[in-house]
Amino acid sequence: MNTVTPVTDATFQSEVIEAELPVVVDIWAAWCGPCKAIAPILDQLAEEYAGRVKIVKVDADANPEAVTAAGVTSIPTLGFYRAGERVDVLIGAHPKPVYAAKIEELLA
Amino acid sequence: MSIQEVVIVGSGPAGHTAAIYAARAGLTPVVVAGSVTAGGALMTTTEVENFPGFIDGVQGPELMEAMRAQAERFGAEIVPDDATRLDLAGDLKVIETGAGVTYRARAVILTMGSAYRKLGLPEEERLSGHGVSWCATCDGFFFREQHIAVVGGGDSAMEEALFLTRFASKVTLVHRRDEFRASRIMAERVLADSKIEIAWNSEVAQILGDDRVAGLRLRDTLTGAERTLDVTGVFVAIGHDPRSELVTGQVDTDPDGYVRVAHPSTATNVPGVFAAGDLVDHTYRQAITAAGTGCAAAQDAQHYLSHLAPAAQPAPVLEVSA
Repeated sequence: MNTVTPVTDATFQSEVIEAELPVVVDIWAAWCGPCKAIAPILDQLAEEYAGRVKIVKVDADANPEAVTAAGVTSIPTLGFYRAGERVDVLIGAHPKPVYAAKIEELLA
Repeated sequence: MSIQEVVIVGSGPAGHTAAIYAARAGLTPVVVAGSVTAGGALMTTTEVENFPGFIDGVQGPELMEAMRAQAERFGAEIVPDDATRLDLAGDLKVIETGAGVTYRARAVILTMGSAYRKLGLPEEERLSGHGVSWCATCDGFFFREQHIAVVGGGDSAMEEALFLTRFASKVTLVHRRDEFRASRIMAERVLADSKIEIAWNSEVAQILGDDRVAGLRLRDTLTGAERTLDVTGVFVAIGHDPRSELVTGQVDTDPDGYVRVAHPSTATNVPGVFAAGDLVDHTYRQAITAAGTGCAAAQDAQHYLSHLAPAAQPAPVLEVSA
């Protein structure tokens, strides 16, 4: 079972920047309703894209460095990383097909 | 393909109350709850202080979770997906979801609620998520010790402004008139808060900043004079618009897009189609009024179904007397 795994300020470099696979980073927080709403969708996508894309989550409350580095002022914010570089950003909660399309773009 | 008695589109207080009543009436309703909008507008609020029965208030998401669980307890099926197409014309209504599932139902209750109204400025989209926000509970955290603006004059704007004082060094409430539309209790709390300043008779002429909000250009609604407000964030709470786009052209709507119903009934002009909650309500727009009309819609749907051709109903037990 492939699920969305937590990443912290301490592991961001190794888990995201140096990752071999493309990575989707979900910046979320426990007090954010829309973040909770999209969590099951991201779990499904992690399963469906297992082995092709890595989906991780960063708790904004506990990881200020990642939040600052990403320039986040609104959550949920998803960052799409290829070879250590952020190539796309998607802010707000969206239906599943929107995320799937962004992941397909990341893989293209 | 199985045929449902009633499908409810939307899952705010109207949708879930309709589901509770329809389920208890034995109609086993299907609730197309929305993939990311499930629970409706209360999902991004904090304390709800005016819902009857909660002496000390209740958190919006908690209230909605309880309503959902209550509907499920009586047999409602909650589908966590979006309705993407509705065909309401025939005897059997067709409801399609984002995952490609098609439901057919004898009756439909529309409770899609409303969506945040935008300021309508050209730079709004570009700066959305970069300092422009519609969700104080989500995004207030990112504006610690900063000066931020809230735009609006209703209860939502008061609630956002008060909530944001937890994080901001200063909150300026921008309102285009010289008095609030908000309830007195909320307005008084705002006026008494030392962190909140009011920009009366002011509207946002422009949001400044290239890749993030760097300020607001305010215009005085009386004199037309403009000034700059030095803020890093702006929270928009100027009202809502009905989410009726899926049914436009299929049921009667008014010029603002609200679905028209035959008050005090919740019947639309299409037989078997009922509507409740903020989707029909210009005026009150409260969780409790939405719940009330959701209850009415379930009973109206039940009444409608009971008068359909007998073939559509479970065989009644007849007592024949001479």
